[in-house]
Amino acid sequence: MSKHVVLVEDELNIAEAIRFLLSNEGWRVETIANGASAVEIIRKASPDLVMLDVMLPGKSGFEILHDLREDPDCAALPVLMLTARGQSRDREMAEKAGVSKFMTKPFSNTEMLEAVRELTAS
Amino acid sequence: MAGLKQAELARDIGISASYLNLIEHNRRRIGGKLLLNIAGALGVEPQALTEGAKAALIATLREAADKTGLSGPELERADEFAGRFPVWADVLAGTRRRVLTLEQTVEALTDRLSHDPHLASSMHELLTTAAAVRSTAAILAETKTLQPEWRDRFHANINEDSRRLSDSAEALVAYLDADAEQAEAASSPQEEVEEFLASHKFSFASLEDGAGTEGEITRLIEAADPALSSPAQFIARGTLLQMARDAEELSLTRLAQQVKESGVDPLALSRHFGVPVAVILRRLAALPDLGAGLVVCDRSGSVIFRKSAEGFTVPRYSGCCPLWPIFAALASPGQVLREDVTQLGRAQARFTAFAVSETLAGPAYNAPALTQAFMLLIPVPSGKPGGISVGSTCRVCPHPSCGARREPSILGEGAEV
Repeated sequence: MSKHVVLVEDELNIAEAIRFLLSNEGWRVETIANGASAVEIIRKASPDLVMLDVMLPGKSGFEILHDLREDPDCAALPVLMLTARGQSRDREMAEKAGVSKFMTKPFSNTEMLEAVRELTAS
Repeated sequence: MAGLKQAELARDIGISASYLNLIEHNRRRIGGKLLLNIAGALGVEPQALTEGAKAALIATLREAADKTGLSGPELERADEFAGRFPVWADVLAGTRRRVLTLEQTVEALTDRLSHDPHLASSMHELLTTAAAVRSTAAILAETKTLQPEWRDRFHANINEDSRRLSDSAEALVAYLDADAEQAEAASSPQEEVEEFLASHKFSFASLEDGAGTEGEITRLIEAADPALSSPAQFIARGTLLQMARDAEELSLTRLAQQVKESGVDPLALSRHFGVPVAVILRRLAALPDLGAGLVVCDRSGSVIFRKSAEGFTVPRYSGCCPLWPIFAALASPGQVLREDVTQLGRAQARFTAFAVSETLAGPAYNAPALTQAFMLLIPVPSGKPGGISVGSTCRVCPHPSCGARREPSILGEGAEV
């Protein structure tokens, strides 16, 4: 059975590129463009990986991450955060909220795929 | 000072408005006749003025002491300190005020850097779009067997994102440019003066008709809008005095008439009117129809006056290109230089540059001759680049192999020359 990733990204063209790349690697990709419904969908889907943008409509990536870590079922879920805000403060906030890995845009496809493999190696 | 404007009061008591301003803000101590005059003009007891100033001074001293953690009975001795050491008390209070001003500036800049929502969202938009372009372009370039429908889709996405990227970049540059203009508005006294002169198109009718007295110059300076700072007033006064002296030697009307008859030839004009070439260069710069630029530098090579010409940039914060004819003129007093120049960069335009240096005051024993150099830039109508190539400043000059280069250019090698 193919692995499942939930991608929370409001930038449709990035989402499309990531979807293409991960699908080619055999992943099933579910895309959400609004932060407000993300936590609920992730809880229900129990994916193998969450890819999370920071600036989202409805709810920020930090808030989503915080809510997921509060939930015992999602506390250990690998979360890869993708953000255009590469300031050290954002990285600190993400680490504090329990991010598994943090990447800044623009990133190379190879870097992104390597990060996905690293987080789901087991 | 209700009912009496600062300028009126200053005039009544015979001091400048800027000096009165310093007194009003407790930056100058007053006493004796001046104190009596101000009190008289305001209709108050002299003691009321000194008490107010002293109270403000003591409050500032207490604040300074409080900020450094001084407390208890020592803090209560601010009054005694101000009484026994009035000059030192002024110095300390002045330092405290300066610290406050600097703190406010730092706060404003820090706030700006971290909380400018427009800048933050513009950068976010740029990076996000760049990420989409990078990822999509890599897919197109690296996926050997891309199905046609995916390829078309990614091409459409990349087209859309490129346009967004370009729009966002343009919007960001426009925002930063506007901001830079604002920041430039009054960032140095020299710039204040330039703004003041530009608002008068670099010529003053009242100085041309022989009314260029000290009083008229003071009136022009005090009427400046926005008001000039003290150092800017000092610079403006020197410039206007020079203009008034030049106008006495040669009015713009006479010069314009002769230029119409014989063209722009500073040396010929100098002979015709019997005035120094430097005067001709300054006067030509003030003729509105010529669109000429003027740069003046002092003996150290520092630019002390600039009137911009479109297509020739005079840097504000870094050293000018040493290839400019003005610096050759500085090194060759008395020689009049004429050279066609084109400044490398975006808006390449050709100018005929005339440069000469002039000694400011008469000779004195063992005193250096204080010289200034002037460079007039007359746009060449054809507009095509030509003559010698010069830069504005090394940092933004694309010349690949300039012997005069002081530092690398940020434009990088291979930039168009």
